[in-house]
Amino acid sequence: MKGKVIKYPQENINTDLIIPARYLVDINPQFLAEHCMEDLDMEFHKNKNNLQATILVSGSNFGCGSSREQAPIALKATGIELIIAPSFARIFFRNAINIGLPILQFSDIDAFNSGDLLDIDFGKGVIENITTSKSYSFSKFPAFLQKIIKVHGLINFAREQIANSEEGS
Amino acid sequence: MDLTISEKIIRDHCEQKDLSAGDFVLVKIDKCLGNDITAPKAIEVFEEIVEGTERSVFDPSKIILTPDHFTPNKDIASAIQCKILKDFARKYHIQHYYEVGKVGIEHCLLPEQGLIAPSELIIGADSHTCTYGALGAFSTGVGSTDLGVAMALGECWLQVPETLRFKYTGQLNKWVSGKDLILYTIGKIGVDGATYKVMEFTGEIINNLSMANRFTMCNMAIEAGAKTGFIFPDKITEQYLKSVGISKFKTYENNNTKYHESIEIDCNTIEPQIALPHLPSNTKPISEVQDMHIEIDQAVIGSCTNGRIEDLRIAAKIMKDNKIHPSVRCIIIPGTPTIQFDALKEGLIEIFLKAGAIVSPPTCGPCLGGHMGILAPGERAISTTNRNFMGRMGHKDSEVYLSNPAIAATSALKGFIASPESM
Repeated sequence: MKGKVIKYPQENINTDLIIPARYLVDINPQFLAEHCMEDLDMEFHKNKNNLQATILVSGSNFGCGSSREQAPIALKATGIELIIAPSFARIFFRNAINIGLPILQFSDIDAFNSGDLLDIDFGKGVIENITTSKSYSFSKFPAFLQKIIKVHGLINFAREQIANSEEGS
Repeated sequence: MDLTISEKIIRDHCEQKDLSAGDFVLVKIDKCLGNDITAPKAIEVFEEIVEGTERSVFDPSKIILTPDHFTPNKDIASAIQCKILKDFARKYHIQHYYEVGKVGIEHCLLPEQGLIAPSELIIGADSHTCTYGALGAFSTGVGSTDLGVAMALGECWLQVPETLRFKYTGQLNKWVSGKDLILYTIGKIGVDGATYKVMEFTGEIINNLSMANRFTMCNMAIEAGAKTGFIFPDKITEQYLKSVGISKFKTYENNNTKYHESIEIDCNTIEPQIALPHLPSNTKPISEVQDMHIEIDQAVIGSCTNGRIEDLRIAAKIMKDNKIHPSVRCIIIPGTPTIQFDALKEGLIEIFLKAGAIVSPPTCGPCLGGHMGILAPGERAISTTNRNFMGRMGHKDSEVYLSNPAIAATSALKGFIASPESM
């Protein structure tokens, strides 16, 4: 996949910042997207649109705090297609995998700046920063997670399991 | 080499018998839970999974629904979310659905209702599900899709975690509680110091710690990024379980050896701790914070961290025959209706009301900036809750300071963050 970067290098961007609890009264993704990141940056949507960004680059422990799946849902609904961070909080990590929002653990976020154009090859495990003409390798997810990612999330994974078990019975 | 306790519990809940930390496995769960914020999405996921099949929920006795975050319904939107839970509970004959009047803050309520036993594997679409490690369960927070899948299949995917052992030695100083121990620990290792790992709490201090304090410690394991907290069941656990009607349960021998790391914490030097804005790891001892003379607008005593009867007793002891500072709103939130009733019978509610505090129905309420005590820009709260992220309790320009109940109660009287020693 190819896309442009919007970068918030802060560590510990938590789920309260990604989507404040006052908006957890509705699970409509578009409603959540409208308020996504607003306590961190009121101009998030404007900045993202100006940059035409689809890749969010952030600091370590991204998504710490609550279990609210509304956080990755909101980010996905704003048009973010990939999040790159040195580490993710564990519930955010599983929520992103489960809803089919690609995330990528990569420690050297200094290699990317807002506006950079990246080309990511998930098969080879390579990020190419087209803007700076530099390439970086990343470790791919374990095979188990690849299975969930391959079917675009846990719902399809579960439906396949049901289909298989019913075929078997 | 022996397996860790988490590896043993996970092994006994999955098909893979030879496993170690780092492996991904599908586990059979004993219980799963959701609340008014996470269950509506989980129910949507469940319906999508079973659509076109003859399937129902995997087991109506193993699904727990607690509308506790925005209840009593704070507005029409939250009422609609709660109704989704109620309708689902009726449709699928969910046994453990709690209506307002019966509902409490989930992590206070479930142990009290006898729904959690040692060695069970529990998932909850709420990050503080790690609380039940205090009873020796392997219990962890997940998302709504996980819960939806679990309600359909009774399964969940997990990565087998490594274990960090914390050994607490020495003597506890006056007013130092489980809250202070966990805040101190998070301050030491950071908000991602235990990410993906189990925090196992051991040592002579833990052996003598009350269940309420153990719940508090395991509850905040997530604030260090942990998958769960864990304390080996002992006589104190057994006594608690007996009081909630559980006399038979499975236990494992405590012969853990395979720790990722062991950290010893000398409690002799630990004072009550305050976590300053905007991270739970931003801790300082109370003596230092008291010198900063931080004036407060609100004091909150409650939550899944510190909303138990023992917490209310401490607050009442300090507030008895005293008055809340005129410029402070003091909000007391008993964790469950039973705790509220016990507080009434013990005369604690009278003490709170006479002091000029208000007593809220059980709800997560202000802890997550939901309702029942939201902060305006520039306002400050001392709170016995678990997170002090920017905007957590209201406006993004408000501040939350985390503490134990004794300090929150003292600060409510004084108007600034103060040690109970100053009373």
